[in-house]
Formats: sequence, structure tokens, C-alpha cells
Amino acid sequence: MDYKSLDLTDQFVELIRRAATQLPQDMRQALRQARGQEAPGSAAEGALDTILLNVDIAEKNSTPICQDTGTPIFEIHYPVGVSTRKLADQIRQAAAIATQRNYLRPNAVDTITGKNSGDNTGEDFPTMHFHEWDEESIHVDLLLKGGGCENVSTQYKLPDASLGAGRDLEGVRRVVLDAVYQAQGKGCGPAVLGVAIGGDRGSGYLKSKQQLFRPLEDVNPDPQLAELEQRIFEEANQLGIGPMGFGGNTTALGVKIAAQHRLPASYFVSVAYMCWANRRASMDIQLNDDGVEVSYA
Amino acid sequence: MPELTTPISDEDIRSLKAGDTVYLNGIIVTGRDAAHKFMIEHFIKQPVQADETDLYNDLKKLLDGGVIYHCGPVVKTHEDGSYSFVAAGPTTSIREEVYQADVIRHFNLKGVIGKGGMGGKTLQACQDQPAVYLHAIGGAASFIAQSVKEVLGVYKLEFGVPEAMWVIRVENFPVVVTMDSHGTSLHATIEAQSKEKLAELIG
Repeated sequence: MDYKSLDLTDQFVELIRRAATQLPQDMRQALRQARGQEAPGSAAEGALDTILLNVDIAEKNSTPICQDTGTPIFEIHYPVGVSTRKLADQIRQAAAIATQRNYLRPNAVDTITGKNSGDNTGEDFPTMHFHEWDEESIHVDLLLKGGGCENVSTQYKLPDASLGAGRDLEGVRRVVLDAVYQAQGKGCGPAVLGVAIGGDRGSGYLKSKQQLFRPLEDVNPDPQLAELEQRIFEEANQLGIGPMGFGGNTTALGVKIAAQHRLPASYFVSVAYMCWANRRASMDIQLNDDGVEVSYA
Repeated sequence: MPELTTPISDEDIRSLKAGDTVYLNGIIVTGRDAAHKFMIEHFIKQPVQADETDLYNDLKKLLDGGVIYHCGPVVKTHEDGSYSFVAAGPTTSIREEVYQADVIRHFNLKGVIGKGGMGGKTLQACQDQPAVYLHAIGGAASFIAQSVKEVLGVYKLEFGVPEAMWVIRVENFPVVVTMDSHGTSLHATIEAQSKEKLAELIG
């Protein structure tokens, strides 16, 4: 097809609607399982009951799971020849339409004047990363990352003497557990933790967020990281912080770790703390001669 | 389950203990970062200016024995100009720690709803006033919006939809008392316990 006429605005609106109103199945499953692990009648159990009820209501009414619809983060894979400038314009337009339809809260505030743009567009807002690939289709992943959990996301520089954390995977374990402790209930746990080891301060934070796109059930291809993910997952849940910080057995629903090359001088550990409302959605766009064919997941 | 209806009496507040679940009814007001900064700077730290007297008097009435909700909602505007809440979960409260105690004292607030808990200054104000901190379920925005039966009005809409002060009537809004008027904070307890556990895991 002629890529010049490609207009995916409607598809981007639908992708946003799905991300904002429908929690992915793996997250629902994990929350249901967590609910069964809390003491009957406890505040933790009550919190998870409310969360699960809310997820159902949001889907049924097509209303946001959480009123903080977050920073929309788009990761777009596109074939040679597609204009990323046009796609970016369409995404911005879709964000404005989704705001009008109340799928998104107006969430972009001018940092100097304090004025809310009213339509979720602004300087570097929404976030978009474009990746050219060899496929003839377009694939888009979207994450809505809320502000409460973003505020407790953090970055460590190893070695960290106060935590006894050296420049190795044991050091990584120590600081990630500290991040969970520091967050307490402020990030709307139970959390999914995206972790990046290495990189620089910018690339590390980005990589840590990108881990949140991974389904909970996937297993890290690196056996050392797979083991570390499992260990931190189990130990985070021993901290007893619980859903909403009410105390309880469920503090984390998943841990996903990636490694990047780093400078000899630097060893960063970046932790993206994601609330239970890990709102991700994706779509595939097949580009046919007679138009586009879209599927959502 | 116990119920609370605004305006709330001191006696009812004193009867609440950290860990209790309660259902809130009546008129409450949303207020978060911009609203708290505004109230402190315009009403508490300096005399009320003539052009803001009406707003001040309205808030005085609404907040006396009342409740502030740390919430930045998604709001639908209807064709007739009326509003309804679409999604309305709590926002993180600790950002208001610098302001909250003074706001509680000045306006005779009986409750603050939010998430994540607050610090020592607010806990002290809760003991003195008395007042309580009520924890709503973070992220449960569509569910909580169903408890918001009516939007009665809005102040400071120029702050933007999330930061404006929305006057709402709620029914059976479920919250957990996590900081009571007797000096107990569930947040402080959990933090201390998890600190010990962390020390075991990385000690």
C-alpha cells in the first residue's frame, strides 16, 4: 500500500481505550491469586477484592481503571518507508480524542506556568519511541505509567555502602529490595518491578520501564537473571508491606530484569516501580493493498 | 460496618481505630497539590483578600467537620453543563504533608482521604483536632466513582481538572482508617516491621 495515505488515528484511540480500561489477563490472574494468599477479613484481602471489582467495572463501563491515566508510553515498530513524523502526529491527535472521550485524564501540565494543556499533548508528551524493522507490518506497545508509582521509581549507583551493595548481582538484589521497602504503600502495590542493570542514567531508566511490557509468565533467557528475578520476587513478598501498604503477603506481582553495557566507571541499577494497574496494550497493523487490518492484544 | 456522615462529630472520630473499615457518606471536597498550596498561601499564611472572601467562606462551611479527598478525578461534562465523575481514586497523600496539619487545624477538618499515608506532623494534628486519615484503595477509580453520587460544584477549575476543588456527595465510599486520633499510624507500624525484615534479608 501507499504509506503516504496511512492514517492510524482511530486505531491509536482504540489502543488507548483498551490500555486505560482493560487490565491485561496476566495481571488479573496474578491479582486473583494474590487475593487467595491474604488472611480472610484482612485489610489486604479487602484491598484486593476492591481492586478486582474495580477492574471488572472499568472494563464493563469502558472507564479508566485508575483516574491517573499516567504518561502514555508508545513503543512503535514500523517498516521502511513509513513516516514516523506522521505517526507521531496521529498519536498526539489520538491522545487528544481519547481525553475528550474520558479514556484519559488531562495529564500534561506545563512545568513553568502550571497550566494543564487539557488534551494530553505537550513538550515530549506523550512519550514515543520508534524502531524501524524488517517486517511489513506495524506493531505498537502502549504502557500507561501512573505518577504515584513513577514517584517511587528510583536509581542506585553501585557500590552503595549503606546497603552493603557491591558491583555484582548480590548488590543488585540488595538495592532492589531497598527500593521496595522505601516505596512502602506509596506506589499502589502490589507492584511489578522493572529493573535495568548498567547503562547510563537515561538509558537505564528507559530500559527499566521497557521491562514492564514483559508478560508476568515469561522467563528471562539469561539463567542468572531468571534466578535473580525469582529470588527478589520471593523476598519482596517477605517484606510484609502488602497491597496498598496495609501489611500482607503480596508486595510484588513480578520482577523483570535486563542488563545493559555500562561505562567502566558506572554501575547503575534503575528500578521502575509499576502499580498493580500495569496498563499495557498492543496492536498489530497489517498493511495490505486495500487498506489496514488491525488486531489488538 | 460502621458508617460516617459529614459533618462528623469529635466523638465519632475518637471512636475510630487504625485498621477499621468505614463507609463514608455526605458532602466532601477534593483537593490535592495546587489546592493545598493555595489554601495555605491565600487563607492561612495571610489575611483573606477581598476578592476571595466568598470562596473562603464557602470552603469554611464545607470543610468545618468535613473531609478533604486527595483526588484528581476524570470528569465528564454533560451538555447541560453539569458534571459527573468517571474515575476518582486517591492520589498519593505524602506530598501534602507540609500543608496538611495547618489545613486540618484551620478549617476544623475531621478527615483526610488519600493513599500511602502521611507523616508525623499530620498524625499529631489528627490527635489534637481530632481527625483521622482515611485510606482509599489506590487505582480503584471506576469503583470509587460509583460512590460519587453527585457533583455539586467546583472551585478553582483554572488549576485544571485534576487539581480543581470538586464538591461531591458520596454514598458508601469504603475507606480504611490507617491513622487514628490516638496517635496510631498503620503506616509507621508496617514501615518498622518491613525495615526489620529488610535487615534480615540484606544484613
